[in-house]
Amino acid sequence: MDVNKVQQSLKNTAQEAVEHARKLGVEQAEAGVSYDEGFSVTVRLGELESIERQRDRGLAVTVYTKGRKGSASTTECSSVAVEETVRKAISIANFTSEDDYAGLAEPELMARELPDLDLYHPWAIGIVEAEALALRAEAAALGMDDRIKNSEGASVSTGKGVHVYANTHGFCEGYPTSSHSLSCGVIAEKDNSLERDYWVTVARAYQELDEPEKVGEEAASRTLRRLGARQISTCSVPVVFPAELARGLFGHLVAAIKGTSQYRKASFLLDAKGEQIFSDFIGIEEDPFIPRAMGSTAFDNEGVATQHRHLVEKGVLNGYVLSSYSARRLGMQTTGNSGGVHNLIVRSNAGSLDSLLKQCPEVFLVGELLGQGVNTVTGDYSRGAAGFWVEEGEIAYPVHEVTIAGNLREIFKGIRAVGSDVDLRGSIRCGSVLVEGLTVAGA
Amino acid sequence: MQPEHQVFSSVDRLGLVCGQLLEPAELELSNIDQALGSLMSSRLDYADIYFQFTRFETWTVEDGIVKDGLHSVDHGVGVRAVSGEKTGFAYSDELNKSALTDAVEAARGIVRDKGDGRYKVATQTPTREFYPAVDPLTSLEDAEKVALLTDLDQQVRAMDERIIQVIGSLAGVYEAVLVQTSDGVLGVDVRPLVRLNVSVIMENNGRREQGYAGGGGRGSFSLFTETDRPSTIAKEAVRQAALNLEAIPAPAGNMPVVLGSGWPGILLHEAIGHGLEGDFNRKETSAFSGRIGERVASVECTVVDDGTLEGRRGSLTIDDEGTPTQCTTLIEGGVLRSYMHDKLNARLMKTCSTGNGRRESFAYPPMPRMTNTYMLPGEYDPQEIIESVDKGIYAPNFGGGQVDITSGKFVFSASEAYLIENGKTTAPVKGVMLIGSGPEVLARISMIGSDLELDPGVGVCGKDGQSVPVGVGQPTLRVDSLTVGGTES
Repeated sequence: MDVNKVQQSLKNTAQEAVEHARKLGVEQAEAGVSYDEGFSVTVRLGELESIERQRDRGLAVTVYTKGRKGSASTTECSSVAVEETVRKAISIANFTSEDDYAGLAEPELMARELPDLDLYHPWAIGIVEAEALALRAEAAALGMDDRIKNSEGASVSTGKGVHVYANTHGFCEGYPTSSHSLSCGVIAEKDNSLERDYWVTVARAYQELDEPEKVGEEAASRTLRRLGARQISTCSVPVVFPAELARGLFGHLVAAIKGTSQYRKASFLLDAKGEQIFSDFIGIEEDPFIPRAMGSTAFDNEGVATQHRHLVEKGVLNGYVLSSYSARRLGMQTTGNSGGVHNLIVRSNAGSLDSLLKQCPEVFLVGELLGQGVNTVTGDYSRGAAGFWVEEGEIAYPVHEVTIAGNLREIFKGIRAVGSDVDLRGSIRCGSVLVEGLTVAGA
Repeated sequence: MQPEHQVFSSVDRLGLVCGQLLEPAELELSNIDQALGSLMSSRLDYADIYFQFTRFETWTVEDGIVKDGLHSVDHGVGVRAVSGEKTGFAYSDELNKSALTDAVEAARGIVRDKGDGRYKVATQTPTREFYPAVDPLTSLEDAEKVALLTDLDQQVRAMDERIIQVIGSLAGVYEAVLVQTSDGVLGVDVRPLVRLNVSVIMENNGRREQGYAGGGGRGSFSLFTETDRPSTIAKEAVRQAALNLEAIPAPAGNMPVVLGSGWPGILLHEAIGHGLEGDFNRKETSAFSGRIGERVASVECTVVDDGTLEGRRGSLTIDDEGTPTQCTTLIEGGVLRSYMHDKLNARLMKTCSTGNGRRESFAYPPMPRMTNTYMLPGEYDPQEIIESVDKGIYAPNFGGGQVDITSGKFVFSASEAYLIENGKTTAPVKGVMLIGSGPEVLARISMIGSDLELDPGVGVCGKDGQSVPVGVGQPTLRVDSLTVGGTES
């Protein structure tokens, strides 16, 4: 695809939709248009297993007329389909009720400067080369130990696309992104019991992906270390969440401080702005402008300029995660977070995962979390888990079939250390986390 | 419950579906024949072409007014080429001849060997139909949909003065599919699906709690307008929230657990359902691999997967490979009888598809998935089962669940639970996660009630990034020991 041409064509479609809505008499309208393409190749046990090609288009239109909102979307982007979609959105708005808070974000908040965030690095790779990389990852995993008996396969996938947003304030901008990944999952067996695990590397630019052998070896060693797991007795013990699971804890923070949870009173951190919710050493900043990062963007889903800010300082919550709608509901201003957070960075105060494990004589190290089990209204937290019993900083044995439970308010306060082993694969960037005050339930 | 509809015959359905899917794209059935011929000019064991048209609509009431409505349209064609264990797959959301040709070329690239271009001429076989060929979106005027929600909101708010927030949503899906396969099947289906959800937040003495309920099935909105289901759902959401306000912290550790009838059947879905899907067993990655004919559950347990239940959320007239659905006995008297298969895994395991080949949409390849999975009733009075427990948990309502099919470990989270003390349910306890091992838990089912019930129609199952609607069900049953994930030792 010629990315500039695609972007121009999406902009034309978005503008066409907005213009058409205006022509039909609505006060405000917005349109998001996207195009994505890519493919994934999966191998299993040394053989090609599947090739899947993806290609998706989408147009979503929202109109506001006399304070009433209507939305419609389609996968077809012909002029006829654009007009039909706009008409459908307007017809929905004929039946919705007037809402004083509905509407676009204020025009002065639209992003004016659009720095190049270096998010587009298409990967000129063919199916045969992708297959070869996947085979290398799987071979590394299968070759690591005799106890690796089976494979769930290894996959290489590559995707690129363009997303455009336009509204009746005259805003019409878009940018291309790319994302590539290489994953591998294997199965190990010992004494008739099976364990599986996997690893995945994800990056905007393929040069930043881990080597296939590293992915395969990581998948194999994660699987092997689970063999011979047992249940432990119910106890209260410090728990370490490794970086890839720790970011979930901060995901629960985001769910509790986002505008909809606040104005719906559906949050265990209701009205907590200004309150100390973590220990003094915790700082969390949001930086939407990190080149090549998964959560980087110069504007949010409403065209609002994103901002670099300190969300938590010295353990105190400084603000919420707001769109223009939730901001109006709360009598505040949008934080440019329509659609979510853009790179949350949790400051670390400790070293590696190993150093965290050495901080207490006994630790439960989480290896995997199962199920939802998080209540954002009350903060009650109860999840299925597998992991490792750690004594004096060394893994003693693997553990399975346990739950970990507590309340997120206490869990947040109970965070004693954040490691420097940051996981960069998502829009929440943090290291491993040591928490006190959780109950591990087992036999 | 059997609402009245105009029901189309199979021939009419073919006309209806061709009119919606093919005519606007200037395609004819003969173009699909040509595309299949072109696919089979590579050496393939099987190929299929799947056209789909979907319209989705949802309305939401919040703060007493319907402030948002969304309508979406999606259509496209998915092309699949299978050779041995290899699958080539491509799709297009543009519907026209050149997009179809393009997808065919991309999919058949999975094999380089030439084939003879032959395939079996497709015929449409008559099938029983388990839901009406209606469009739920047009089954009710938009103004009536809005009125249904605002009335419901007022009903809910009048139920309890502690209610501070009510959110209700009404959703409808109309889906038309046409699938033609190289093994001679031409399948068409029209699949309506509706759902109504209510969530409530209550506040008392500074404590806030949520309650949630929902329901639906395959049919028109008359499922809600001609029944008292909306008020049943509303009352249930309010009851849950009020109960949560009284709930005390849950116990932690292993103990007997009595599961209620209906939606707690999510136990079966997670503990064994996924582990019996054909792909995992063909690849021998499931805790149940190679165990057909073996005892995997206590002798009282008989479990089926049944896609043929009238109007149920997980029901299908044909699956997404054109195979008529059936009632498959998975476990009979505790003995493992069958896996659930799509065509690919059935062929590789030298058996027949059980009508479980499903896909989220044209943009994903099919794989073995559940339909409605439930356990047949036993002989115990549900009350007798509770009375049999000295100290444990009674859990009549659940949120979601998850399973690791390889180790067999699964979780499911109770949204409503009570302590059982000396054979009586006492205090309600906070939402809690239960964890166990599928094969072990099934062996620990010691009492099965006579009160089989199916869930109200809210299930969504995710696998490999694909979501499909499903149903579950079970009678009240006792598991002698499960790990309860509370905080109180």
